[in-house]
Amino acid sequence: MAHSNWKKGLAALGVAGLAAGALAGCSTSSNENGEGGDVTITVALAANPQMQTAESLIADFEDKNPGIKVKFTVLPENELRPAVTKDVSTNAGQYDVAMIGSYEVPIWAERGWIVPLDEYASADTAWDEADLTEPIKNIVSDKDGKLVAAPFYGSSSFLMYRKDLAEAAGVTIPEKPTWDEIRAAAEAMDDDANNVAGICLRGLPGWGQNLAAITTVINTFGGQWFDESWNTKLTSPETKEAVQFYVDLLRDYGQPDAAAQGWEGCLQSFSQGQSAMWYDDTVFAGSAIDQAATPEIADNIAFAMAPTGPADIASGWLWSWGLSITKSSKNPDAAWKFISWATSKDYIKLAGEEAGWDAIPPGSRKSTYDIPEYQDAAARYADLTLASIEAANPLQPTKNPVPYSGVQYVQIPEFVEIGDYVSQQIAGAISGSQTVDQALEDSQSYTSKVIADAGYAQ
Amino acid sequence: MSTTLASQADETTEVVGIEPIASPPMTRAEKWKRRGPLLPALVFTLLLTQIPFLLTLIFSFQRWRLLGAGEAEFNWGQNYVNVVQDGVFWRSVLNTVVMTGGTTIACLVLGLLIAIFLNHAFPGRGLARTLAITPFFVMPVAVTLFWKSAMFDPSFGLFGFISKSLGLPAVSWLSEQPMAALIILLTWRFVPFAMLILIAGLQSAPQDQLEAAQMDGAGLIGRFRHVTLPHLRPFIELAALLLAMNLIQTFGEIALLTAGGPAYATTNITYYVYLTAFNSFDFGQASALGIVALILTIALILPMLRLLSGIFKTEGRR
Amino acid sequence: MSTELTQTSVLVTGSRRKARRGGQPRSARKRWASVGMATGAWVSSLVLFFPIAYMVLKSFQTEQVAASAVPQLIFAPTFEHYIEAFDSGIWPFVINSFLVTAISTLVVIALALPAAWALSVRAIQNPQDSLFFFISTKMMPIAAGIIPVYVVASQLGLLNTTAILIIMHLGMNLPLGIWMLRSFMQEIPGEILEAAAVDGASSWRIGFSIVLPLMRPGIASTALLCAVFSWNEYFYAANLTTTNSTLPLFLQKFLSFGELYTAQVAAVATLVSIPVIIAGWIAQKSLVRGLLFGAVK
Repeated sequence: MAHSNWKKGLAALGVAGLAAGALAGCSTSSNENGEGGDVTITVALAANPQMQTAESLIADFEDKNPGIKVKFTVLPENELRPAVTKDVSTNAGQYDVAMIGSYEVPIWAERGWIVPLDEYASADTAWDEADLTEPIKNIVSDKDGKLVAAPFYGSSSFLMYRKDLAEAAGVTIPEKPTWDEIRAAAEAMDDDANNVAGICLRGLPGWGQNLAAITTVINTFGGQWFDESWNTKLTSPETKEAVQFYVDLLRDYGQPDAAAQGWEGCLQSFSQGQSAMWYDDTVFAGSAIDQAATPEIADNIAFAMAPTGPADIASGWLWSWGLSITKSSKNPDAAWKFISWATSKDYIKLAGEEAGWDAIPPGSRKSTYDIPEYQDAAARYADLTLASIEAANPLQPTKNPVPYSGVQYVQIPEFVEIGDYVSQQIAGAISGSQTVDQALEDSQSYTSKVIADAGYAQ
Repeated sequence: MSTTLASQADETTEVVGIEPIASPPMTRAEKWKRRGPLLPALVFTLLLTQIPFLLTLIFSFQRWRLLGAGEAEFNWGQNYVNVVQDGVFWRSVLNTVVMTGGTTIACLVLGLLIAIFLNHAFPGRGLARTLAITPFFVMPVAVTLFWKSAMFDPSFGLFGFISKSLGLPAVSWLSEQPMAALIILLTWRFVPFAMLILIAGLQSAPQDQLEAAQMDGAGLIGRFRHVTLPHLRPFIELAALLLAMNLIQTFGEIALLTAGGPAYATTNITYYVYLTAFNSFDFGQASALGIVALILTIALILPMLRLLSGIFKTEGRR
Repeated sequence: MSTELTQTSVLVTGSRRKARRGGQPRSARKRWASVGMATGAWVSSLVLFFPIAYMVLKSFQTEQVAASAVPQLIFAPTFEHYIEAFDSGIWPFVINSFLVTAISTLVVIALALPAAWALSVRAIQNPQDSLFFFISTKMMPIAAGIIPVYVVASQLGLLNTTAILIIMHLGMNLPLGIWMLRSFMQEIPGEILEAAAVDGASSWRIGFSIVLPLMRPGIASTALLCAVFSWNEYFYAANLTTTNSTLPLFLQKFLSFGELYTAQVAAVATLVSIPVIIAGWIAQKSLVRGLLFGAVK
């Protein structure tokens, strides 16, 4: 009765505990080998539409490579970077393949966090290293020119716009517009009554979000981040003019709640017909058409080169998301197999056939632009994409000489910290909680301090 | 301290503790025998909390930046100096106070109001109460994501729709009023919690005193002010303490709703430590921030801890 | 002990509808006040519950419908988002969530029961010091301690395992468990315990034969509450695990790929919240009892 109840209770608890412990032991780290020599690799990807396609087509890889299983961690890029950086820098070993941006590539290569890929590439002749587009290949190689990440896609930036709305408003957008022309066009096409914003621009804080677009505007207005002696130039007249222009454009004719919108928000806004123009990455051209709310919107999406400012510098950025093998990976060969698959000509064809030619990862291979179906489907933007990539010059992105490389970022490790801070301040200006001058003053002193601490200033 | 919970509790300062069953003084053996059952929990908690604390303390005296070149080296107080000089840090302290205080007060006021309503018997009271407490239990991550797009978005969200229907301009919550948005969300999630505690307080209101007051001619408000409210005071304080303790740790809602911005307008101290550690990868600095945060938290909560200790001392077994 | 009040006399006012003074007999005023209270109660409850109902509603809409600026109440419902959720590999996360929640809660109870015993029935000297200590561990900002935890877990190979989450959840819930269980123990009438002691029962006997059975509802509600917090926990999961994680992390997969996602988020959010909402509904009364540590007379 009551006497044996507690014994029963204890026994039950014990059994439960044991069973639970056994189960817990079973579900430990996914990096271990499964039964029968199966290898599992963990891949960290950014949450872009092209990557989602890759994830959905993984069965193709696993069929071609029996014995290798792939697990994905997909995160928005603002979160992917810290997650992967944390992992590789502490050698935690959770990821075999890390998707990293061209910004991270030289830094990580220097730190030895990723494995050089040149040997894998030359051994894998079917992969055809020579087919990679030159400018993109350069930004995923280390300073000696050795490939350290395989480009998943390569891109620049340009302007997307609705030609029907432009016509209705009586504006024409030339193929090489200036920012002043774009501002005028935005004013004409801004239609509050119908919930259409003249233009959609990134406002979300993040060095890879709003700051990417803003930096290109700074460049093409003649401004720069640092001069050759590493003095911070955020409060120079040209930089101020550029940032003021961007913030004004956004506040006057930009999408609502701009400081909370990154490219994700603008993609939604533009494809749903709530913005008349969108300045952003070339890779979203296909996505915008693909996700357009109505066929009418899809058919009327047109493209132009990245707008230029007073300094008349080609302002499209240069970017690549690349797949790299982490130093801590226990299965580098399997990792290469995955990378090779995801960045191969065959994959591009597969993605085109299965998911639509608008959804393939563009810009990484010359052969992509020879595929007839792609030429057809991407007729509106393929040439402009290539032209934008070619026009970008990461080694000399600004009017005046600068000690750094990178078009839409500054290729130094401290830029993450600086960039995030400055992007926050500018987001504050976009949302109206401070003026551009205040934002830039703040950014100037913060940046100068970080640069001085890091020992750059002479 | 003047709070008395048990009506006959004695406020001697040397209350030893709860007198259980036996009364003779304890022998050493007895003392250890009694400590025995406590030890597993105690040891586990000690290890799990004190070791990280010590390590954080050590790290806080080091210059340890994951992205920077070179190994971690001791730079002693430099990190703390940086903290004090960091404008964003002070901003985050202010934000924490605003966020925590604002939400706590809102939860208490609304919670009391709703508790008063729900304390009254009416048809379907059980169901109403069940509905009312649901916000506390939904998964915060899930709900925050939903609020972000379906409620706060000025174009698609419900708030935008409501304000447009009323002829007002839609507020860009996340850009222009991020703190307000956060407080609204947090209040919605925590009001049920405050409400439950206050209902219990209301239900235990001393009936005899209320009747006496009524007979003395006190009106509804009078009875509330002079009888119920004083009785509720410890409940309110307890609710405030529990709310504040939880709200200071707010992380997920900030990360998903505003990412701490814009311009760090919604970064609280917990989130700032996270940013410094896992965005800027400055582990040394982040550790120093964490220690400072701990000190500030204790300083803010200490008065409330005293209250709690008073409650522990004066209660007894029935 | 809190007892349900059945009297209808209004104790306090706060109602937006004040009874009209004079001109009306007392009973009519009371009725008005009654109606006012009930209305106030229903309005507040519905307002609180509304966002959740709205979320469930949205989960059955297509994304196009869900994204319209004007909320649609009449529409053709679809299950596609729920199907999509199950198709997107939710099961490993569900299993992990269950494992972490169940195991950490079991261990919390297993550790907290004896601890609560040692702080109430067979109390040590100065139990308030230990209680203090346990509560104070909740004061440390979690973000501060995460760095050493991450570093140590990484060295021990515990990253991305359910084990590390179980450990952290244990630490998170143990103070709460001890606090609540102790307060339930406080409610056991002293006479029963005294009678058993007088009868010569040993501490073990008293504990297992008398206290434990009486504690069953208290244990159940404590366990439910700990389970809810463990199930919903995000910070540790986000920082210490990647692919082998719990449901809150699964939701991140549904963060925008650049596509509309309101309805999808609503569906997954509803799915993952169902267990804990039910648990919360069951546990609500005991939650309050436990938190008020028997101080209410």
